[in-house]
Amino acid sequence: MDGFEVFFVEKWPYLATVLMILIGLYGMVLKRNLVKKLIGMNIFQGAIILFFIIHGWKRGATVPVYDEAFGDLPANYVNPIPHGLMLTAIVVSVATTGVALALLSLIYKRFGTLEEDELLRELRAEPAGAPSSGEMASQREDVEGAEPDDGGQR
Amino acid sequence: MGRVLAFLVIVAVGVVLVYAGFGLPAFGDPNAPASTHVSDAYIEHAYHDAHTPNFVTVMIADYRSFDTLGESIVVFTAGLACFLLLRSERRRKRQGGGQQT
Amino acid sequence: MIRPKETIITDHVVRVMVPFIQIFAFYVIFHGHYSPGGGFQGGALLAGSVLLQRVVLGAERSQIGFPTRLGIPFGALGILIYAGVGFLAMLDGGNYLQYDHLPFGMTPVYLRNTGILLVEIGVAFAVTGTLVSIYDDLVNFERRDDQAEMHSAGSREDA
Repeated sequence: MDGFEVFFVEKWPYLATVLMILIGLYGMVLKRNLVKKLIGMNIFQGAIILFFIIHGWKRGATVPVYDEAFGDLPANYVNPIPHGLMLTAIVVSVATTGVALALLSLIYKRFGTLEEDELLRELRAEPAGAPSSGEMASQREDVEGAEPDDGGQR
Repeated sequence: MGRVLAFLVIVAVGVVLVYAGFGLPAFGDPNAPASTHVSDAYIEHAYHDAHTPNFVTVMIADYRSFDTLGESIVVFTAGLACFLLLRSERRRKRQGGGQQT
Repeated sequence: MIRPKETIITDHVVRVMVPFIQIFAFYVIFHGHYSPGGGFQGGALLAGSVLLQRVVLGAERSQIGFPTRLGIPFGALGILIYAGVGFLAMLDGGNYLQYDHLPFGMTPVYLRNTGILLVEIGVAFAVTGTLVSIYDDLVNFERRDDQAEMHSAGSREDA
Protein backbone atom coordinates (compact mmCIF):
# COMPACT_ATOMS: atom_id res chain seq x y z
CA MET A 1 0.00 0.00 0.00
CA ASP A 2 2.96 2.29 0.39
CA GLY A 3 3.46 2.32 -3.33
CA PHE A 4 -0.13 3.39 -3.81
CA GLU A 5 0.26 6.35 -1.47
CA VAL A 6 3.35 7.54 -3.29
CA PHE A 7 1.52 7.01 -6.55
CA PHE A 8 -1.45 9.09 -5.50
CA VAL A 9 0.67 11.88 -4.06
CA GLU A 10 3.11 12.09 -6.94
CA LYS A 11 0.98 11.29 -9.95
CA TRP A 12 -2.50 12.58 -9.21
CA PRO A 13 -2.59 14.64 -12.46
CA TYR A 14 -2.13 11.37 -14.34
CA LEU A 15 -5.09 9.95 -12.45
CA ALA A 16 -7.12 12.97 -13.50
CA THR A 17 -6.31 12.26 -17.14
CA VAL A 18 -7.20 8.60 -16.63
CA LEU A 19 -10.55 9.69 -15.22
CA MET A 20 -11.11 11.94 -18.23
CA ILE A 21 -10.18 9.12 -20.60
CA LEU A 22 -12.66 6.84 -18.87
CA ILE A 23 -15.39 9.46 -19.06
CA GLY A 24 -14.72 9.90 -22.75
CA LEU A 25 -14.65 6.15 -23.31
CA TYR A 26 -17.90 5.79 -21.41
CA GLY A 27 -19.47 8.43 -23.62
CA MET A 28 -18.20 6.79 -26.78
CA VAL A 29 -19.10 3.22 -25.89
CA LEU A 30 -22.22 3.33 -23.78
CA LYS A 31 -24.14 6.41 -24.90
CA ARG A 32 -26.77 5.72 -27.53
CA ASN A 33 -26.87 9.17 -29.10
CA LEU A 34 -24.29 9.92 -31.75
CA VAL A 35 -23.85 13.52 -30.63
CA LYS A 36 -23.11 12.29 -27.13
CA LYS A 37 -20.59 9.89 -28.62
CA LEU A 38 -18.96 12.85 -30.35
CA ILE A 39 -18.82 14.76 -27.07
CA GLY A 40 -17.21 11.70 -25.52
CA MET A 41 -14.62 11.70 -28.27
CA ASN A 42 -13.84 15.34 -27.60
CA ILE A 43 -13.42 14.64 -23.88
CA PHE A 44 -11.08 11.80 -24.82
CA GLN A 45 -9.03 14.15 -26.98
CA GLY A 46 -8.87 16.66 -24.17
CA ALA A 47 -7.61 13.94 -21.88
CA ILE A 48 -4.86 12.99 -24.33
CA ILE A 49 -3.84 16.63 -24.68
CA LEU A 50 -3.71 17.05 -20.89
CA PHE A 51 -1.70 13.84 -20.60
CA PHE A 52 0.95 15.16 -22.96
CA ILE A 53 1.06 18.60 -21.40
CA ILE A 54 1.48 17.41 -17.83
CA HIS A 55 4.35 15.18 -18.83
CA GLY A 56 6.11 18.04 -20.54
CA TRP A 57 6.34 19.82 -17.22
CA LYS A 58 9.58 19.99 -15.25
CA ARG A 59 9.79 20.98 -11.64
CA GLY A 60 11.12 24.51 -11.24
CA ALA A 61 11.21 25.21 -14.98
CA THR A 62 9.82 28.14 -16.91
CA VAL A 63 7.98 28.55 -20.19
CA PRO A 64 9.87 27.39 -23.31
CA VAL A 65 10.84 30.89 -24.42
CA TYR A 66 14.50 31.80 -24.43
CA ASP A 67 15.52 34.19 -21.68
CA GLU A 68 18.93 35.64 -21.03
CA ALA A 69 18.54 35.00 -17.33
CA PHE A 70 18.07 31.27 -17.83
CA GLY A 71 20.58 30.67 -20.59
CA ASP A 72 20.73 27.42 -22.50
CA LEU A 73 20.32 24.99 -19.64
CA PRO A 74 17.60 22.48 -20.61
CA ALA A 75 16.52 21.97 -17.00
CA ASN A 76 15.37 25.59 -16.88
CA TYR A 77 12.76 25.23 -19.60
CA VAL A 78 9.68 23.10 -19.87
CA ASN A 79 9.90 20.38 -22.52
CA PRO A 80 8.72 22.10 -25.75
CA ILE A 81 7.88 18.94 -27.70
CA PRO A 82 4.51 18.11 -26.10
CA HIS A 83 3.45 21.72 -26.45
CA GLY A 84 4.17 21.74 -30.16
CA LEU A 85 2.53 18.40 -30.75
CA MET A 86 -0.60 19.31 -28.80
CA LEU A 87 -0.80 22.70 -30.47
CA THR A 88 -1.36 20.97 -33.77
CA ALA A 89 -3.48 18.26 -32.17
CA ILE A 90 -5.97 20.82 -30.84
CA VAL A 91 -6.50 22.33 -34.27
CA VAL A 92 -6.78 18.90 -35.85
CA SER A 93 -9.31 17.88 -33.20
CA VAL A 94 -11.42 20.93 -34.07
CA ALA A 95 -11.28 19.98 -37.74
CA THR A 96 -12.19 16.35 -37.07
CA THR A 97 -15.09 17.53 -34.93
CA GLY A 98 -16.25 19.56 -37.91
CA VAL A 99 -16.13 16.52 -40.17
CA ALA A 100 -17.97 14.46 -37.57
CA LEU A 101 -20.69 17.10 -37.30
CA ALA A 102 -21.02 17.13 -41.08
CA LEU A 103 -21.49 13.38 -41.10
CA LEU A 104 -24.02 13.64 -38.27
CA SER A 105 -25.95 16.26 -40.23
CA LEU A 106 -26.12 13.96 -43.21
CA ILE A 107 -27.17 11.00 -41.04
CA TYR A 108 -29.88 13.05 -39.40
CA LYS A 109 -31.10 14.26 -42.73
CA ARG A 110 -31.35 10.80 -44.17
CA PHE A 111 -32.73 8.88 -41.20
CA GLY A 112 -34.34 11.59 -39.10
CA THR A 113 -32.71 10.35 -35.94
CA LEU A 114 -29.37 10.17 -34.23
CA GLU A 115 -30.22 7.41 -31.77
CA GLU A 116 -28.07 4.41 -32.33
CA ASP A 117 -30.70 1.69 -31.88
CA GLU A 118 -33.19 3.43 -34.16
CA LEU A 119 -30.47 3.84 -36.76
CA LEU A 120 -29.57 0.17 -36.52
CA ARG A 121 -33.21 -0.80 -36.85
CA GLU A 122 -33.58 1.31 -39.98
CA LEU A 123 -30.36 -0.01 -41.43
CA ARG A 124 -31.44 -3.60 -40.85
CA ALA A 125 -34.89 -2.92 -42.28
CA GLU A 126 -33.41 -1.97 -45.65
CA PRO A 127 -30.76 -4.47 -46.70
CA ALA A 128 -28.05 -3.58 -49.17
CA GLY A 129 -29.24 -0.39 -50.72
CA ALA A 130 -32.87 -1.24 -51.41
CA PRO A 131 -35.13 1.54 -50.12
CA SER A 132 -37.86 0.20 -47.89
CA SER A 133 -40.31 3.07 -47.79
CA GLY A 134 -41.25 5.89 -50.06
CA GLU A 135 -40.10 8.53 -47.62
CA MET A 136 -36.67 7.05 -47.59
CA ALA A 137 -36.54 6.78 -51.35
CA SER A 138 -37.12 10.50 -51.69
CA GLN A 139 -34.29 11.24 -49.29
CA ARG A 140 -32.01 8.56 -50.59
CA GLU A 141 -30.70 10.46 -53.53
CA ASP A 142 -29.37 13.16 -51.25
CA VAL A 143 -26.83 10.88 -49.69
CA GLU A 144 -25.42 8.56 -52.24
CA GLY A 145 -21.95 7.33 -52.91
CA ALA A 146 -22.22 4.40 -50.52
CA GLU A 147 -24.69 2.67 -52.82
CA PRO A 148 -23.45 2.35 -56.38
CA ASP A 149 -26.73 0.96 -57.72
CA ASP A 150 -28.61 4.12 -56.88
CA GLY A 151 -29.03 5.50 -60.37
CA GLY A 152 -31.93 3.28 -61.26
CA GLN A 153 -34.03 4.46 -58.35
CA ARG A 154 -34.69 7.96 -59.59
CA MET B 1 -26.01 -7.61 -21.20
CA GLY B 2 -23.92 -5.91 -23.82
CA ARG B 3 -23.94 -2.72 -21.82
CA VAL B 4 -22.69 -4.52 -18.72
CA LEU B 5 -19.92 -6.06 -20.78
CA ALA B 6 -18.98 -2.67 -22.23
CA PHE B 7 -18.93 -1.17 -18.75
CA LEU B 8 -16.65 -3.96 -17.58
CA VAL B 9 -14.35 -3.29 -20.51
CA ILE B 10 -14.18 0.37 -19.55
CA VAL B 11 -13.36 -0.53 -15.95
CA ALA B 12 -10.68 -2.90 -17.21
CA VAL B 13 -9.19 -0.13 -19.33
CA GLY B 14 -9.11 2.09 -16.25
CA VAL B 15 -7.36 -0.60 -14.22
CA VAL B 16 -4.80 -1.12 -16.97
CA LEU B 17 -4.16 2.62 -17.25
CA VAL B 18 -3.68 3.03 -13.51
CA TYR B 19 -1.38 -0.02 -13.48
CA ALA B 20 0.60 1.47 -16.36
CA GLY B 21 0.87 4.68 -14.39
CA PHE B 22 3.22 2.99 -11.93
CA GLY B 23 5.77 2.68 -14.70
CA LEU B 24 5.69 6.37 -15.58
CA PRO B 25 8.63 8.57 -14.68
CA ALA B 26 8.21 10.82 -11.67
CA PHE B 27 6.03 13.83 -12.38
CA GLY B 28 8.07 16.96 -13.10
CA ASP B 29 11.34 15.09 -13.27
CA PRO B 30 13.88 16.93 -15.48
CA ASN B 31 15.62 13.62 -16.22
CA ALA B 32 12.52 11.83 -17.45
CA PRO B 33 13.05 10.03 -20.76
CA ALA B 34 10.64 12.35 -22.54
CA SER B 35 12.65 15.42 -21.59
CA THR B 36 16.16 14.28 -22.25
CA HIS B 37 17.45 13.42 -25.70
CA VAL B 38 15.98 15.49 -28.47
CA SER B 39 14.21 17.96 -26.21
CA ASP B 40 17.52 19.02 -24.68
CA ALA B 41 19.02 19.42 -28.13
CA TYR B 42 16.14 21.64 -29.22
CA ILE B 43 16.42 23.84 -26.14
CA GLU B 44 20.18 24.19 -26.48
CA HIS B 45 20.30 24.90 -30.20
CA ALA B 46 17.01 26.63 -31.03
CA TYR B 47 17.96 30.18 -30.18
CA HIS B 48 21.35 29.98 -31.86
CA ASP B 49 20.06 28.24 -34.96
CA ALA B 50 17.12 30.45 -35.82
CA HIS B 51 17.46 33.48 -33.55
CA THR B 52 13.97 32.86 -32.28
CA PRO B 53 13.42 32.75 -28.54
CA ASN B 54 10.25 30.69 -28.66
CA PHE B 55 11.39 27.08 -28.70
CA VAL B 56 7.95 25.79 -29.57
CA THR B 57 7.82 27.93 -32.70
CA VAL B 58 11.27 26.83 -33.80
CA MET B 59 10.37 23.23 -33.13
CA ILE B 60 7.10 23.09 -35.03
CA ALA B 61 8.10 25.39 -37.90
CA ASP B 62 11.78 24.61 -38.37
CA TYR B 63 12.97 21.33 -36.93
CA ARG B 64 9.69 19.56 -37.54
CA SER B 65 8.35 21.67 -40.37
CA PHE B 66 7.55 18.64 -42.47
CA ASP B 67 5.33 17.38 -39.68
CA THR B 68 3.58 20.74 -39.47
CA LEU B 69 3.07 20.76 -43.23
CA GLY B 70 1.33 17.42 -42.85
CA GLU B 71 -0.78 18.70 -39.98
CA SER B 72 -1.95 21.75 -41.89
CA ILE B 73 -2.77 19.54 -44.85
CA VAL B 74 -4.81 17.36 -42.49
CA VAL B 75 -6.71 20.42 -41.29
CA PHE B 76 -7.31 21.57 -44.84
CA THR B 77 -8.41 18.10 -45.85
CA ALA B 78 -10.96 18.10 -43.06
CA GLY B 79 -12.33 21.39 -44.34
CA LEU B 80 -12.42 19.97 -47.85
CA ALA B 81 -14.24 16.89 -46.60
CA CYS B 82 -16.90 19.10 -44.99
CA PHE B 83 -17.16 21.03 -48.24
CA LEU B 84 -17.60 17.90 -50.32
CA LEU B 85 -20.01 16.29 -47.88
CA LEU B 86 -22.29 19.25 -47.34
CA ARG B 87 -21.97 21.72 -50.16
CA SER B 88 -21.97 19.37 -53.15
CA GLU B 89 -25.13 17.90 -51.72
CA ARG B 90 -26.90 21.19 -52.33
CA ARG B 91 -26.34 21.08 -56.06
CA ARG B 92 -27.66 17.54 -56.28
CA LYS B 93 -30.65 18.44 -54.19
CA ARG B 94 -31.45 21.44 -56.33
CA GLN B 95 -31.39 19.26 -59.43
CA GLY B 96 -33.51 16.62 -57.72
CA GLY B 97 -36.02 19.25 -56.59
CA GLY B 98 -36.21 20.60 -60.11
CA GLN B 99 -37.14 17.18 -61.38
CA GLN B 100 -39.81 16.66 -58.78
CA THR B 101 -41.65 19.95 -59.15
CA MET C 1 -32.32 26.97 -36.15
CA ILE C 2 -30.17 29.96 -35.32
CA ARG C 3 -31.62 33.20 -36.56
CA PRO C 4 -29.79 36.47 -36.04
CA LYS C 5 -31.66 38.94 -33.87
CA GLU C 6 -31.47 42.54 -34.91
CA THR C 7 -30.30 43.89 -31.59
CA ILE C 8 -28.40 47.14 -31.62
CA ILE C 9 -26.32 46.29 -28.55
CA THR C 10 -24.79 43.07 -29.85
CA ASP C 11 -24.34 44.64 -33.28
CA HIS C 12 -22.28 47.51 -32.00
CA VAL C 13 -20.37 45.51 -29.44
CA VAL C 14 -19.30 43.13 -32.19
CA ARG C 15 -18.37 45.95 -34.53
CA VAL C 16 -16.11 47.38 -31.84
CA MET C 17 -14.66 44.05 -30.75
CA VAL C 18 -13.87 42.46 -34.10
CA PRO C 19 -11.04 44.83 -35.13
CA PHE C 20 -9.39 44.39 -31.76
CA ILE C 21 -9.64 40.63 -32.00
CA GLN C 22 -8.13 40.75 -35.47
CA ILE C 23 -5.29 43.01 -34.38
CA PHE C 24 -4.61 40.67 -31.50
CA ALA C 25 -4.66 37.75 -33.92
CA PHE C 26 -2.05 39.40 -36.13
CA TYR C 27 -0.02 40.19 -33.04
CA VAL C 28 -0.16 36.54 -32.03
CA ILE C 29 0.92 35.44 -35.51
CA PHE C 30 3.77 37.90 -36.00
CA HIS C 31 4.96 37.93 -32.42
CA GLY C 32 5.02 34.16 -32.26
CA HIS C 33 8.80 34.24 -32.39
CA TYR C 34 9.12 36.02 -29.10
CA SER C 35 6.15 34.96 -27.03
CA PRO C 36 3.67 32.10 -26.94
CA GLY C 37 1.83 32.23 -30.21
CA GLY C 38 2.13 31.31 -33.84
CA GLY C 39 0.18 30.39 -36.89
CA PHE C 40 -2.25 27.96 -35.37
CA GLN C 41 -3.32 30.18 -32.52
CA GLY C 42 -3.44 33.34 -34.61
CA GLY C 43 -5.39 31.58 -37.32
CA ALA C 44 -7.87 30.31 -34.77
CA LEU C 45 -8.28 33.85 -33.43
CA LEU C 46 -8.85 35.24 -36.93
CA ALA C 47 -11.41 32.54 -37.60
CA GLY C 48 -13.00 33.35 -34.24
CA SER C 49 -13.40 37.00 -35.21
CA VAL C 50 -15.07 36.01 -38.47
CA LEU C 51 -17.32 33.50 -36.73
CA LEU C 52 -18.33 36.11 -34.17
CA GLN C 53 -19.57 38.24 -37.05
CA ARG C 54 -21.30 35.25 -38.56
CA VAL C 55 -23.11 34.44 -35.34
CA VAL C 56 -24.13 37.94 -34.32
CA LEU C 57 -24.59 39.84 -37.57
CA GLY C 58 -26.02 36.94 -39.51
CA ALA C 59 -24.65 35.12 -42.53
CA GLU C 60 -25.71 37.74 -45.07
CA ARG C 61 -24.38 40.88 -43.43
CA SER C 62 -21.07 39.28 -42.46
CA GLN C 63 -20.25 38.35 -46.05
CA ILE C 64 -18.42 41.68 -46.39
CA GLY C 65 -15.88 40.67 -43.80
CA PHE C 66 -15.15 37.22 -45.15
CA PRO C 67 -17.23 35.79 -48.00
CA THR C 68 -18.28 32.19 -47.68
CA ARG C 69 -16.86 31.24 -51.05
CA LEU C 70 -13.37 32.34 -49.98
CA GLY C 71 -13.02 29.77 -47.20
CA ILE C 72 -11.58 26.84 -49.13
CA PRO C 73 -9.39 28.99 -51.46
CA PHE C 74 -7.98 30.73 -48.38
CA GLY C 75 -7.04 27.41 -46.85
CA ALA C 76 -5.50 26.24 -50.11
CA LEU C 77 -3.55 29.49 -50.34
CA GLY C 78 -2.10 28.83 -46.89
CA ILE C 79 -0.99 25.35 -47.86
CA LEU C 80 0.50 26.77 -51.07
CA ILE C 81 2.48 29.38 -49.12
CA TYR C 82 3.81 26.67 -46.84
CA ALA C 83 4.74 24.29 -49.65
CA GLY C 84 6.04 27.18 -51.75
CA VAL C 85 8.51 28.15 -49.05
CA GLY C 86 9.75 24.58 -49.16
CA PHE C 87 10.24 24.68 -52.93
CA LEU C 88 11.83 28.13 -52.69
CA ALA C 89 14.48 26.61 -50.49
CA MET C 90 15.02 23.89 -53.08
CA LEU C 91 15.73 26.49 -55.80
CA ASP C 92 18.94 27.45 -54.06
CA GLY C 93 20.17 23.91 -53.74
CA GLY C 94 18.86 23.13 -50.29
CA ASN C 95 16.55 20.41 -49.16
CA TYR C 96 12.80 20.80 -49.02
CA LEU C 97 11.92 23.30 -46.27
CA GLN C 98 15.57 23.93 -45.45
CA TYR C 99 15.20 27.59 -44.63
CA ASP C 100 18.84 28.62 -44.65
CA HIS C 101 18.83 28.18 -48.43
CA LEU C 102 16.00 30.64 -49.03
CA PRO C 103 17.03 33.13 -51.75
CA PHE C 104 16.63 36.30 -49.71
CA GLY C 105 20.26 37.25 -49.22
CA MET C 106 20.54 37.23 -45.46
CA THR C 107 22.66 35.35 -43.02
CA PRO C 108 21.49 31.76 -42.52
CA VAL C 109 20.25 32.42 -38.99
CA TYR C 110 17.96 35.23 -40.10
CA LEU C 111 16.90 33.23 -43.13
CA ARG C 112 15.63 30.57 -40.78
CA ASN C 113 13.87 33.27 -38.78
CA THR C 114 12.19 34.55 -41.94
CA GLY C 115 11.31 31.07 -43.09
CA ILE C 116 9.58 30.36 -39.80
CA LEU C 117 7.59 33.57 -40.16
CA LEU C 118 6.48 32.75 -43.72
CA VAL C 119 5.48 29.26 -42.72
CA GLU C 120 3.49 30.56 -39.77
CA ILE C 121 1.63 32.93 -42.07
CA GLY C 122 0.78 30.02 -44.32
CA VAL C 123 -0.48 27.97 -41.38
CA ALA C 124 -2.57 30.91 -40.18
CA PHE C 125 -4.19 31.24 -43.61
CA ALA C 126 -4.91 27.53 -43.77
CA VAL C 127 -6.44 27.40 -40.30
CA THR C 128 -8.54 30.52 -40.82
CA GLY C 129 -9.95 29.41 -44.14
CA THR C 130 -10.63 25.90 -42.98
CA LEU C 131 -12.39 26.78 -39.74
CA VAL C 132 -14.59 29.41 -41.38
CA SER C 133 -15.36 27.03 -44.22
CA ILE C 134 -16.37 24.23 -41.83
CA TYR C 135 -18.66 26.56 -39.90
CA ASP C 136 -20.24 27.94 -43.06
CA ASP C 137 -20.83 24.50 -44.50
CA LEU C 138 -22.50 23.24 -41.34
CA VAL C 139 -24.69 26.29 -40.85
CA ASN C 140 -25.73 26.56 -44.49
CA PHE C 141 -26.59 22.88 -44.53
CA GLU C 142 -28.80 23.20 -41.45
CA ARG C 143 -30.47 26.31 -42.78
CA ARG C 144 -31.27 24.66 -46.10
CA ASP C 145 -32.63 21.71 -44.19
CA ASP C 146 -34.88 23.93 -42.12
CA GLN C 147 -36.18 25.78 -45.13
CA ALA C 148 -36.90 22.51 -46.90
CA GLU C 149 -38.80 21.29 -43.87
CA MET C 150 -40.75 24.51 -43.64
CA HIS C 151 -41.71 24.20 -47.28
CA SER C 152 -42.84 20.63 -46.81
CA ALA C 153 -45.16 21.80 -44.00
CA GLY C 154 -43.15 20.43 -41.10
CA SER C 155 -43.69 16.75 -41.69
CA ARG C 156 -41.25 15.49 -39.11
CA GLU C 157 -41.02 16.70 -35.53
CA ASP C 158 -37.84 15.61 -33.82
CA ALA C 159 -37.82 14.67 -30.19
